[in-house]
Formats: sequence, structure tokens, C-alpha cells
Amino acid sequence: MNALVVASVGNGLVWIVWVVAGFSLLASGVAVVSFSNPFYSALALIGNLASLAVMYLLLSAEFVAAAQVLVYAGAVMVMFLFVIAYVGPRREEAWSGGPTWQSVGAVLAAGALLVEIVVAVGLQASGHLGSDGKVGPAFGTPAWIGRVFLTDHLLAFEITSVVLLIAAVGGVILGSHARRGVPNPEASTR
Amino acid sequence: MSGPGVAWYIAIAGFLFGIGALGVLIRRNPLIVLLSLELMLNSANLALIAFARHFHNGAGQVFALAVMAVAASEVCVGLGLVVALNRKRLRLDVDSLSELRG
Repeated sequence: MNALVVASVGNGLVWIVWVVAGFSLLASGVAVVSFSNPFYSALALIGNLASLAVMYLLLSAEFVAAAQVLVYAGAVMVMFLFVIAYVGPRREEAWSGGPTWQSVGAVLAAGALLVEIVVAVGLQASGHLGSDGKVGPAFGTPAWIGRVFLTDHLLAFEITSVVLLIAAVGGVILGSHARRGVPNPEASTR
Repeated sequence: MSGPGVAWYIAIAGFLFGIGALGVLIRRNPLIVLLSLELMLNSANLALIAFARHFHNGAGQVFALAVMAVAASEVCVGLGLVVALNRKRLRLDVDSLSELRG
């Protein structure tokens, strides 16, 4: 009896945390898309990433949650905020002349994507995805992830490092070309 | 630990992907387009991790970490492009940037 009460209280707590995290996830997602100032959009994305980390913790992915906070909400967003501060807080000009075919098409395409996802998940998920199995206590811990990364998925690990290196070199090359282009833009393009 | 089943997480991920796709399609500031792209990548990550939990398979979490690294490199190149555009005194508007049009 006592164990049953404890289990149901824990279940309710998980549901409450899930509902709060899911609400803040969707609300901050809408905020990212709807702010006109990119600085506020970036701040809303930090909130989005934090609530995603809570979701990952609920899914017993501790290492991924920690990496999310460190890599995304830390490093990537700091880079974003630096670039936004460098470019300056430019607002997007309002659309002139009412909704164009492009904006209407964009809304239609996003709605179609959403409907497609819901239909695909609903068709596949009915009856299959309801159960919530138990996983071992080691699932998702840093030690377990590290062992899996360096044994089963070693090639993916190495390819990821090469991709990061190529991207860093590409960023440096993009920046240095632009610096040479400033004094005489005509000469550098010919 | 119990709580919501994996279908709830997939539903949230689908909504987040739709919001991100709307942002990519409708906004014209390349910085906000990149931020919306991050939303889409993160919704895919959420779906991967939910399915990894559901099927008790670690490959989903490993793939989510790989997606995170690819997203970091995408941000690196994208922000490099934004800085290059700003140095050339071009307007930050994805509709007016048509120099690569064939």
C-alpha cells in the first residue's frame, strides 16, 4: 500500500515536470520565431534548450542533457550572442503590401509538415508506443555513453571530429576572405 | 520511473519541428533563420532520445550527440557567412541575397 502511494506520487511528479517543461519548450519555440529582435530570439532559444535538457533528464539521458547545457546553451549560444552584438540589433522591416504568395506558402508548408508528422506518428504509434519499459540504472550515464562511443560507434566519433575540424576551417576562411574584400570590393570579385 | 509515454514526447517534438520549419520559411533575418534551424535539429534530437529510451537502445543517444556536433559546425559556417555579409555591407535579408542565383 505504502509503495503504491509512493509510486503514484512519483508518477504525478514526473507528469508535472513534463507538463511544465513541455509548455516552456513550445512557448519559447514560438517566442524564438516571433521576436523581431534576434537578441531576444537567442535568449528565448536558451530557455528552449534548458527545457529540452529537462526532457532529456526525464528520458534518462543524463550525459546528453549535460552536453546540451554545456555545448548548446553554453558555447553555441555565446557564439550566437557575440555575432548578434557584432552585427548590431537590426530589426526586420515589416512586410510591405500585405501577405505575399511566399508567406502564405510558408505557413501552408509548415502546416503540411506538422500534419504529416502527426499522421505518421499517429498511424505508427497507435498501440505500439504506449508502454514505458524499465531501463537499467546505467542507461545514459557518462561511463556508459563513453564505452558505447569508443567501442560500437568509434567510426561515427572520428567522423564527427573531422566534420567539426572542416567547419572550423571553413569559418576561418569565410572570415578572412571578407576582410580582404573590404578595401576594394571590385578587385576581389573579379 | 514512469510518466508520459514515448508518444507524448514525439508529439512535442513534432510541434517543435513545425514551429522551427515555420520560422525557417517565414523569417528573413539570416540570424533568426539559423535559430529556427536549431529548433528543428533539437526536435529531431528529442525524438531520437525518446525512441532510444523506448527501445532501450543506446544508438539513439549516440546519434543525438553526433547531431549536436553537426549543429555546432552548421552554426560555425552560418555565423561565418553572416559576418562575411556584414563586412561586405550587404543587407541581412535572405530574400535580397541572390548573388549565387544561377
